[in-house]
Amino acid sequence: MSGIKDNWLLKVRNLTKIYGEPNENTLKLTGPSCNSNICPETESIVACADVSFDLFPGEVLGIVGESGSGKSTVVKLLYFDMEASGGAAWLKPFSNGHSNMLDASNQQKRFIRNHLMGMVYQNPRDGLNFRFSSGGNIAEKLIMAGNLHVGNIRDRASGLLDKTEVPVRRMDDRPSSFSGGMQQRVQIAKAIANNPPLLFLDEVTTGLDVSVQAKVLDLIRELQQELGIAMIVVSHDLSVIRMLTDRTLVMKNGRVVESGLTDQILQDPQHEYSQLLVSSLL
Amino acid sequence: MNILEINNLSKVFRLHILHGKKIEALKNIQFSVQEGEIIGLTGKSGSGKSSLMKCLYRTYLASSGEILFSSRAGKIDLVRADDHAIIALRKTEITYCSQFLSVIPRVTAVDVVCESLLRTGNKEEARAKARGMLEMLGLPTELWDAFPVTFSGGEQQRINVARAIIGDPRLLLIDEPTASLDQKTKDTVIDMILELKKKGTSVICISHDEYTLERLTDRRLDLRFGELTEAAMVS
Repeated sequence: MSGIKDNWLLKVRNLTKIYGEPNENTLKLTGPSCNSNICPETESIVACADVSFDLFPGEVLGIVGESGSGKSTVVKLLYFDMEASGGAAWLKPFSNGHSNMLDASNQQKRFIRNHLMGMVYQNPRDGLNFRFSSGGNIAEKLIMAGNLHVGNIRDRASGLLDKTEVPVRRMDDRPSSFSGGMQQRVQIAKAIANNPPLLFLDEVTTGLDVSVQAKVLDLIRELQQELGIAMIVVSHDLSVIRMLTDRTLVMKNGRVVESGLTDQILQDPQHEYSQLLVSSLL
Repeated sequence: MNILEINNLSKVFRLHILHGKKIEALKNIQFSVQEGEIIGLTGKSGSGKSSLMKCLYRTYLASSGEILFSSRAGKIDLVRADDHAIIALRKTEITYCSQFLSVIPRVTAVDVVCESLLRTGNKEEARAKARGMLEMLGLPTELWDAFPVTFSGGEQQRINVARAIIGDPRLLLIDEPTASLDQKTKDTVIDMILELKKKGTSVICISHDEYTLERLTDRRLDLRFGELTEAAMVS
């Protein structure tokens, strides 16, 4: 089983994001043992620190934790929505995994975002342009990924809407006239338009009612199975994590307190905080 | 050939919520399982049967000891193996069938059963195989494309069994496979597991049902307060 270690798609080491001006004690004075992510000496905020993991092709990794634990920060740093303060990340399809993508030039980062990644945000307004039609939103992503043939773009967009169960006849309507669940599905269609090997999902079912939630979860599972996309699923909802993921990281105060197989995290949590989290499950 | 060798396995739960209280669920468990052997795991409720199964599947992290599994790629200690190695083994070699079905809503019975095959192989072949198994297990055809969340206990159990054995695992861990089934279906489930045994699958099976144990198992291990009893060691 030795070859298995080199099979990663994304490798992340010591990913860190600190707001403000930290000093040499900041990391020591924050974290789960201090029950805070604010440095008492400098008042800098440690959004996340020392986050490390490997993601394999087609694997689904969950990140759980309470609000403010840093779980969204991790995916936003990896999607270049924010700039990391430290750490490194390697993505296999980018220069064959030899260069740290966090150090890439802006042009390279745009290439990675447009060709190798997709992101679905909790709020559809963050992922969709509400001034464009739903088809236009998908077209935008396709054009960024280098597709310039209008006919092809329209075909691909209607195919994607069909796949995500959005009525194709509403392709030319703006997402503002859609329900929340539909907006979310348009966002997923847009995120996978460029066939990315890696998809980030940040609280995608939060705020949707249960039947719509089930539909969105179904879609995500199907995409994973059919297209073999690797995913990082951020959620505070343990049922979502249980349904979708193989492995899970538990975060608190900006640090990973425990990582393991999802069923192990849910049934035999080791860290004090994970035990509290699991025992709070309804 | 031994497919599984368990040495000095112990499991202690440390409950932070109860100020670090320790609960000893398994003590110095030691046994081995041969290829194609079926072992019955018996003992009262709370004696540690399910804890042992979950340690073998790595749903529980063993506190000490080792679980040596002879995988196709060589021997591997399931206590210490990397998570990714465990995920790979679960996809191809080790399956666990719990007493309760936990499935994703809105996935049909057929797709739940053949999920492990859908990922890799031909989808229509996978579904045909699943339908064949559900037919054998006597699940009414009108339920095949329905969602198992709404099924009765016995129906869910058959889905669960079918799902665990569809991929011909090398090691099957199965918890109360016949508990809520009628005699005819019980016999079908037992026959299906014996069929797997012929292909070389090793099975560890928890059961309270004397009939199932009698027909199915080569030998029994009896657990009491987290320890194997002496009778178990001898046989």
